[in-house]
Amino acid sequence: MYEGPVQDLIDELGRMPGIGPKSAQRIAFHLLKIPTPDAMRLSEAITRAKERVQFCQRCFNFSEHELCLICSSASRQDGTLCVVEESRDVVAVEKTQEFRGRYHVLQGCLNPIEGIGPEQLRVSELLGRIDGEQITEVILSTNPNIEGEATAMYLARLLGPLGVMVTRLASGLPVGGDLEYADELTLGRALEHRRAVE
Amino acid sequence: MALYRERGVVLRTYKLGEADRIVSILTQGRGKVRAVAKGVRKTKSRFGGRLEPTSHVELQLYEGRELDIVTQAESIDAHRHIREDLDRLSKAIVLLEAIDQLAQERQPAPQLYRMLVGGLSTLNQADSALLIPAFLLKLLAMEGFGPQLDGCVVGGPQDDGVDLVSFDLDRNGAVCLDHRRGVPIREESLSVMRAVLGGGLSTVLEVSAGPVTHEVDNLVGHMWEHHIERRLRSAHVLDRA
Ligand SMILES: [Zn+2]
Ligand SMILES: [Zn+2]
Repeated sequence: MYEGPVQDLIDELGRMPGIGPKSAQRIAFHLLKIPTPDAMRLSEAITRAKERVQFCQRCFNFSEHELCLICSSASRQDGTLCVVEESRDVVAVEKTQEFRGRYHVLQGCLNPIEGIGPEQLRVSELLGRIDGEQITEVILSTNPNIEGEATAMYLARLLGPLGVMVTRLASGLPVGGDLEYADELTLGRALEHRRAVE
Repeated sequence: MALYRERGVVLRTYKLGEADRIVSILTQGRGKVRAVAKGVRKTKSRFGGRLEPTSHVELQLYEGRELDIVTQAESIDAHRHIREDLDRLSKAIVLLEAIDQLAQERQPAPQLYRMLVGGLSTLNQADSALLIPAFLLKLLAMEGFGPQLDGCVVGGPQDDGVDLVSFDLDRNGAVCLDHRRGVPIREESLSVMRAVLGGGLSTVLEVSAGPVTHEVDNLVGHMWEHHIERRLRSAHVLDRA
């Protein structure tokens, strides 16, 4: 334990995701050692981001305005929604340049053991968009782990009766990997969803 | 550091740092083990989907001071039918949570391991309305909280042969009309519970969902909270789908 402000800083840093007590201490000491203007820049960046960035009222991605750039863009294709867990997944899908529709960020995934159910996610907002925006296809792009799959199956059940086409990102072999290292579930699904070679 | 091999079932995982996870595993020989799986969240991880909850795996681990480190993982059973069906997956998660509450770190619990492996493989073969309550009831009995289902738990032998109408959680048994207390219960529900504890599990698993399965499910849930003093958080999270 350190004195007041030093310990406060360590405690606050320790609350960040993926930062344990040791890393928190290392970062705190680093911040105390660097020149004051450098540390202030960080502090101002946090303040500015917290002031200016909000959630898009429609898709719940980060946004500087009521509607984010993607939601307000006229060049995006209407009718298709890509549902992701977090904002960082929007970035990942955007990098593929394969998707021209719009997004919906759930802000998490179902995690029954942690008690995280649909009420804690932007699920009702998603359902509201289907009719409101005349959506014809929803692409469920949650993570291919157990929580992400539970989330996708749950959403598919809710979306099915609404008469919208529901698709899920394909599971398959990572490009550049070796077949022999693929786990049974991945390889099994890749085989099942194999496609003709042109 | 010592290297060892174990069979185990992944109970839960926690994100660690950028791409790692802490995996909590119920092993065959060492009870609950917590280990780091490095890089497992990367799409090209050699662990792939093998270290997800419900997976039954054969592992090689390095023994660490607090956390062990997973160095190899091979599937014994990926439980695909559980993974790809929301109802079964929700049930499997409850089984994992219950086992997680009972198992202690690094204390061998071969019976819990056998129960879990059996429960998951049963669920992987077919879904069943009574799978969870049957599983929890067996665990309760194993922990020394097996209920008294024959004869009134209040009146004792004097009340032999009378109809049993309710269940008293404190005394952990069925009660007759004269001594009625606790929650009301149907005779069919009591006989389902007797069958679970008396080796008649396979017939119990064929009972289809209805008022009886619902009643047993509720009662066993209450028994769990009463005796284990923990709530099963995952039990009804996905019910509304
Ligand atoms: Zn938006
Ligand atoms: Zn009695």
